[in-house]
Amino acid sequence: MIEGPMKPRLSIPKPHRRGFLTAAAGLFGVSALGGCDRWAASPAGQRTLKLGEDANLFVQRLLLTPASLAKEFPDSEISPWFKPNGTIEPPDKTYKALAAKNFEGFRLRVDGLVERPQDLSLADLRALPARTQTTRHDCVEGWSAIGKWTGVPLSEVLQRAGLKPQARYVVFHCADTMEYATGGGDETEEKTTANPGMESRPEGAESQASDSQAAGAEAPAQGGDDEGDEAQGTPVRYYESIDLTDAFHPQTILAYDLNGKALPVSNGAPLRLRVERQLGYKQAKYVMRIEVTESLNGIGDGKGGYWEDRGYEWYAGI
Amino acid sequence: MAAGSTLSGPDIVETVRRRWMFRHPLAIRLAHWLNVVCLAILLMSGLQIFNAHPALYWGAASTFDKPFVAITDDQKDDGTPRGIVYVAGHTFDTTGVLGLSNLNGQPAGRAFPSWATLPAHQDLATGRRWHFLFAWAFVINGLIYLIYGLGTGQLRRRLIPDGDQMRGFGSSIREHLTLHFPEGEEAKRYNVLQKLTYLIVVAVLLPLMLLTGLSMSPGVNAVVPLPELFGGRQSARTVHFIVTNLLVLFVIVHVLLVLLSGVVNNMRSMITGWFVIERQKLPAGSGEVR
Repeated sequence: MIEGPMKPRLSIPKPHRRGFLTAAAGLFGVSALGGCDRWAASPAGQRTLKLGEDANLFVQRLLLTPASLAKEFPDSEISPWFKPNGTIEPPDKTYKALAAKNFEGFRLRVDGLVERPQDLSLADLRALPARTQTTRHDCVEGWSAIGKWTGVPLSEVLQRAGLKPQARYVVFHCADTMEYATGGGDETEEKTTANPGMESRPEGAESQASDSQAAGAEAPAQGGDDEGDEAQGTPVRYYESIDLTDAFHPQTILAYDLNGKALPVSNGAPLRLRVERQLGYKQAKYVMRIEVTESLNGIGDGKGGYWEDRGYEWYAGI
Repeated sequence: MAAGSTLSGPDIVETVRRRWMFRHPLAIRLAHWLNVVCLAILLMSGLQIFNAHPALYWGAASTFDKPFVAITDDQKDDGTPRGIVYVAGHTFDTTGVLGLSNLNGQPAGRAFPSWATLPAHQDLATGRRWHFLFAWAFVINGLIYLIYGLGTGQLRRRLIPDGDQMRGFGSSIREHLTLHFPEGEEAKRYNVLQKLTYLIVVAVLLPLMLLTGLSMSPGVNAVVPLPELFGGRQSARTVHFIVTNLLVLFVIVHVLLVLLSGVVNNMRSMITGWFVIERQKLPAGSGEVR
């Protein structure tokens, strides 16, 4: 009943070849584990790894229209505690002075590539058309909280200022100092291990990773000098940016209320951005100035945000 | 086994003879190995991402004080640190592996140990980049596999049990338990347990990974209400983690059975396509002996 051997094109592997292949596979496996991290740190590796983000942005822009809204929840689903993350109390003197007087002296500066730069007080902002939305906030770390936000649509503010034709990005400059730039070369390592959420492990060798934002809030508190001093270096403040597609989305608002009450300091008082179709670190808190630009170069490290400068995706729709 | 029909002499010398089958077309072999790379990287970068917030919840939002699962570290009564896994009200000491493990020789509080994560040190940003790049590779590879498999009928032939196989379900379980696997004609097709397991992996678990993964994307959520399929975004994240565990379990059993049912034959067939379905001891002089 042998039907004539179905001869494979390849002869039977000889034992030594087999052994060699097994050894090679094993070696590859072991070196791949360590090699992955080295490759990821190389320029070519970083360019390649960024392809995933580019694909995400491309596909999500194809799928999302101005009418694609983030889900809005009933008030019954509002989280009992809206977990504050990142900076919870800006150490900066200017900010503290504003907060001490209930932000009466606060003026939102709108400038850059606009026809009519604006300085808007909270009363001015509250007098503009408002939008209230109960949405889910998704932290890059993985947790979610639901809150009810009230604020002025960013489009209202931008239309008031009038965009110049070259305008492409909206940059949000925030009050909170995250760290002081020392200009040292060892800064890079800290940057790559940082983590936007403030949920952090209190101990352990690596806790500096997720603590760094909290640590950033603590370190300046020692000096608290707004302009920095010789010992501490230049303050690096939080900033974020979005493009015009997201800037003019109906759910993109500058929120001044959370759950029907004035925004608490821990959640970003007096004004925070809500870009509901992106992750938490895009929702800049303590927004002081809105700058309309043609490019993100020259701001921070040029990647479009404090966390983006530390390796996170500029497009945080995933 | 019957001897060859060309049996001619009275002297019987046993020699090795094999019957081959071309079992795995190139497209399937490529898809298999690409999937190995993708799933390994997705698993390890996924554990890196999990470490950034090592707790799972049910529902749309996180219930921070009442997680379903949490991996963390605390201190024993005598003050020494320990790693713990908390699951639905039960606490397990997992010191050394989960919650507390060694990093560069020092005990470090981290959910999954550094040898299991990509990158090895805590770096959520790079973990996410690995995860999304290889999620794309996984999806594209999977689509090509499905289109090829459906178009050629390979998927139906490989994954859907034949009627007679369903009736032999019990004996297939017995074969697995006693590690006696079919040879000859019966070895030409996957057995019923294989087919059903692969079917569940291909048609249920892997698509679930994709759907629960996309459920966590706020951008995708604005287009398709995916999280609601799973009871909310945090539920989707929890399901993503549970299905990961099922896939790891599958891989362990799969690799174990590959080793037990003839590792060389199995590996050769997934590399070159050629699989030996029969080995016989034959009398000498019976046709071509190789």
